Amino acid sequence: MAEGKNLFQVEIITPDRVFFRGDADMIEFNTADGQIGVYKDHIPLTTVLEPGVVIIHKDGEQKVAAVHAGFAEILGEKVTLLAELAEWPDEIDVSRAEAARERAEERIKTKAESLDLKRAEYALHKALIRIDVAHYR
Amino acid sequence: MASMRDIKRRKSSIQSTQQITKAMKLVSTVKLQKARGRAEQTDPYFNYMYKTVSSMLARSGNINHPYLTAGDSEKKAVVAITSNRGLAGGYNSNIVKLITDSDFKKEELNIYAVGGKGAEAFARRGYNIVADASEIMENPTYPDAMALCDKVLEAFTKGEVGEIYLAYTHFKNTVSQEAKLIKLLPIEIDPNDDAADSNILMNYEPNEEEALNQIIPKYVTSLFYGALVEAVASENGARMQAMDSATSNAEEMISDLSLKYNRARQGSITQELTEIIAGANAIS
Repeated sequence: MAEGKNLFQVEIITPDRVFFRGDADMIEFNTADGQIGVYKDHIPLTTVLEPGVVIIHKDGEQKVAAVHAGFAEILGEKVTLLAELAEWPDEIDVSRAEAARERAEERIKTKAESLDLKRAEYALHKALIRIDVAHYR
Repeated sequence: MASMRDIKRRKSSIQSTQQITKAMKLVSTVKLQKARGRAEQTDPYFNYMYKTVSSMLARSGNINHPYLTAGDSEKKAVVAITSNRGLAGGYNSNIVKLITDSDFKKEELNIYAVGGKGAEAFARRGYNIVADASEIMENPTYPDAMALCDKVLEAFTKGEVGEIYLAYTHFKNTVSQEAKLIKLLPIEIDPNDDAADSNILMNYEPNEEEALNQIIPKYVTSLFYGALVEAVASENGARMQAMDSATSNAEEMISDLSLKYNRARQGSITQELTEIIAGANAIS
C-alpha cells in the first residue's frame, strides 16, 4: 500500500445493480442517528441508513449520490452500503423532483390524516434530497 | 384412408399452429435473455443481504425478537409465484403441486397469489386466497416487492399468521428450472454458514433490536424481489422449451401427413388410370 494513503474499499449495492465499487479515503452519509463520516479502520458497525446524500472522497475529489433507505456495514477495510435506491446527480430528473416536492408540501399544508402526513413528509424529504444532489452536477 | 382434402386441411392447420409456436419460442427467448440479465444483477445485493443477516443472527445469538420466533397462530402464509400466461409446460402446475403435495393442511394456509394461473388453480382447489397481486408479474420492480412484503409482514406482526413461506421457481439454467418452497419467517439460519468472520465484534446503531427491526423487512423484500425476477426468467425458460418441443412435434406431424398425402395422391392417380384403361378396354 502506498504510504500516506488511507484508502479503503467502498461498495454501494442496490437491488438492480452494483451502483458503485471503488476506493475512498472518506465517506459521508446519513444514518438513523445523524450524519457520520467514516475513515479507514473504523470500528465494525452496522447502521441503518436514512434518506440522504452520500459523499465519497478520494484524493480531494468528491463523488456525490442520493441514497434512499437501506443499511450500511462498516468494517475497518471496507464499507458496504445496501441501498434500496441510489442515484447519481445526472440520473435525477429535477423537474420531477420539484413536482414531487410541491405535491408533498401541498399535502402537508392541507393536513390530511396522520398516516398521510408521515408519508408526505417522507416524500418531501426524498424530493429535497434529489434536488440537493442534482446541484452537484 | 382419409381423403386428400382432409389431409391437406389438417396439414395446413398444423402448419399455422407451428408458426405460432415458433414465434412464441422466439419471443420467450428474447424475454429470457432480458430476464436472466436482470436476475444476475440482483444477485450481489441479495447475497450480501443474506450474508449480513445470517452473520448478524449468528452473532446476536439468543436474542428474543418477534421475527425470529414463530407466532402463536396455526396459520401459515404462502406466497406462491406463478405466471399470468399459460403455455409454459409444467411451470405453473409444478408450483401448485409443490403446495398441494406438501404436508400443509389446506385449512391452515393463507395464499398470497402472484400470477393469475396459480391464483385460479388454488381457488379451484378450495384454498384460501387472501391477496392476489398478479399484475406485478408483468414487470416486477423493487417497489412491487416492497408492497407485497409489507402486506405479508403486517399479517405476521398482527399474529394472523405464524409462519411465512415462499414458493417460486428457481432458475438453474436455460433448460432446467426447479420449483422451490422456502421458509422466510421465522428466520432459520444454517449454523455452519459464516463461522469464519463471526469473531469480529460488530456494533449496531441505534441498537441491535432496532437494527434487526429495520433490516429483516429489507431482507424479506430482497428475497421476494429475487424470487420474482428469477420466476420471470424461469417462466420464459419453461415457455421456450415447451414451445420448442411443440414446434418439433408439429414438424413431425407435418412430415407424417405429407407422406400420407402423397400416398393418397398416388393412390387416386393409380385408381384413375385403372378406370381409364378399363373404360378403354370395354369400348374396343
